[in-house]
Amino acid sequence: MNRIDAKFATLREQGRKALIPFITAGDAGLDTTEKLVEQLEASGADLIELGIPFSDPIAEGPVIQEASVRALQNGTKLVEVFALVKRLREKTQVPLLMMLYLNSIFGFGTELFFELCAESGVDGVIVPDMPYEEKGEIQGVADQYGIHSISLVAPTSHDRIAMIAGDAAGFLYCVSSTGVTGTRSSFQTDFSAFFGSIKQHTKVPCAVGFGISGPEQAKQMAAYCNGVIVGSAVVKLVAQYGRECIEPVGAFISSLRVALDEAN
Amino acid sequence: MNTTGRYGEYGGQYVPETVMNAVHELEAAYARYKDDPVFQAELAAYYRDYAGRPSMLYFAEKMTNDLGGAKIYIKREDLNHTGSHKINNVLGQILLAKRMGKQRIIAETGAGQHGVATATAAALFGMECEVYMGAEDVERQSLNVYRMQLLGAKVTPVHSGTATLKDAINEAMRDWATNIENTYYLIGSVMGPHPYPQMVRDFQKIIGEEAKRQLMEREGKLPDAVCACVGGGSNAMGMFYDFIPDASVRLLGAEAAGEGAETARTAATLTKGRAGIFHGMKSIFLQDEEGQIAPVYSLSAGLDYPGIGPEHARLAQTGRGEYYAVTDEEAVCAFEYLSRMEGIIPAIESAHAVALARKIAPTMRKDQTMIICLSGRGDKDVYQVARYRGVLLNEQD
Repeated sequence: MNRIDAKFATLREQGRKALIPFITAGDAGLDTTEKLVEQLEASGADLIELGIPFSDPIAEGPVIQEASVRALQNGTKLVEVFALVKRLREKTQVPLLMMLYLNSIFGFGTELFFELCAESGVDGVIVPDMPYEEKGEIQGVADQYGIHSISLVAPTSHDRIAMIAGDAAGFLYCVSSTGVTGTRSSFQTDFSAFFGSIKQHTKVPCAVGFGISGPEQAKQMAAYCNGVIVGSAVVKLVAQYGRECIEPVGAFISSLRVALDEAN
Repeated sequence: MNTTGRYGEYGGQYVPETVMNAVHELEAAYARYKDDPVFQAELAAYYRDYAGRPSMLYFAEKMTNDLGGAKIYIKREDLNHTGSHKINNVLGQILLAKRMGKQRIIAETGAGQHGVATATAAALFGMECEVYMGAEDVERQSLNVYRMQLLGAKVTPVHSGTATLKDAINEAMRDWATNIENTYYLIGSVMGPHPYPQMVRDFQKIIGEEAKRQLMEREGKLPDAVCACVGGGSNAMGMFYDFIPDASVRLLGAEAAGEGAETARTAATLTKGRAGIFHGMKSIFLQDEEGQIAPVYSLSAGLDYPGIGPEHARLAQTGRGEYYAVTDEEAVCAFEYLSRMEGIIPAIESAHAVALARKIAPTMRKDQTMIICLSGRGDKDVYQVARYRGVLLNEQD
């Protein structure tokens, strides 16, 4: 069984919400990424997204764009991230997803990419520039290696929600609002309508991401779905503390965990 | 593979979910209006009365005699209002945006020609306009920045990445995803997600249609070759499209080699690139072995792009189109050559096509003809060419 499915099954039994932090692989160096993954899990993360730095991250706001630049300046290579995942797999079974742009799969070599995912222990991919209509680009190969390709829905999806949600695997990534990644002080989206529509159609758990800045927002958003994804707020701490970020990130994740558990 | 908007394997719609419904809305609007006689009549009137179409086909007699091969004709897109072919596409798309009820127009620009054309049309139709431009290009095309501002547009410099055209497109795409409800993204080349490559080509294909008719009137036959510069490839696609079924007509594309296609300082996509997926399309891109998009370079801001439109990628793949890399030095020599030979100062982008014509025309027979698409005028490039030649002008400091 894919680790993502197993984790959501356990969470459902426990009646808990999934906490899914995002970090950019290679930001402050891959050794920091390795320590961070262990700390994230220890502080209460259920699944972890590793952002693969890309030269042109069109779906990202400034915080993750800058993390991408830092990681690339550190010389981060995809092959090294696979090696890192392999090392981590000797220590942890936490579900690991790669969030990356389609050219990091296609331009790298789709078959080789998923072969390395399976070999190293990556459980899923999230590809922000691959809409439902183009998922045939990777779906067959991903399925063959047992890797989930996570589908995304947005507040602008409207009549597309049924098609996307009905076909999703692992979990459904619900984008909180229009625009790019990055923390927001408030949301314009009508969440009860958005998640009402999603829940009519989805067969898999839903997690919400884009713009969640701290424990209070995480708690509010969790009420609508099965989990929350927190990216830019974590990456900001990595930017601020560099290699010394392990402790502050751990404390932040713990505060999110407490808030999510209170939501139950 | 999804077959929507494909040219062989190339093309497609690789955009974030947030903008997918907007892409479909545009697709539907374009499908509705592209053959609508009222829409086409309105566009034709703007082409004639505002843009100054048809653009002239000029027989370059001195250049023909100098090169000693094919008869050279020049399609004068540089004489259009705003000084380039970009106005053809902008007028088409802005009429569409108006019908779609959009109030805000955004665009990317490299050399500034598309930005100027967009700012012009936005002024004409009373729409809010924001143009994203790489900070590097803002620097080398300051005249066009001021023109856009004069026309009432907001010019936003983009500092990320290489601070050139690709980064301007990244930022325009981010704006689009953020302001999707009221904003129309007016893409300036035959690139991006479907329907843009097809739609922009359709609004530019008038170049080739006119040229074919004009040459038929002058020579009573088809040309033997047509020649255009290629960045994203809109003027080339516009020139080529009507000639694709005419197998005897060679389709010649000049891409920017920068300091040389064999160096890292190049933008020669078809010469040095490979298949990738970026900016909404599957096409050919300059990239490293892990799929990171390469930083590219050309003296010409309008050709300084790591990809190419998907229909060009297909034409190159099938061999119907022939694409050659032209260096900065060759382009600057052609810029000076056409100025002195014919009294026409070409845009540095278009000078790449002139440089390619100078190589190919002498290999052709005297009873053959070649049409060069002169996509833009060179006023904007005078300072930069002077700097390239080590001449400091007063205005430059």
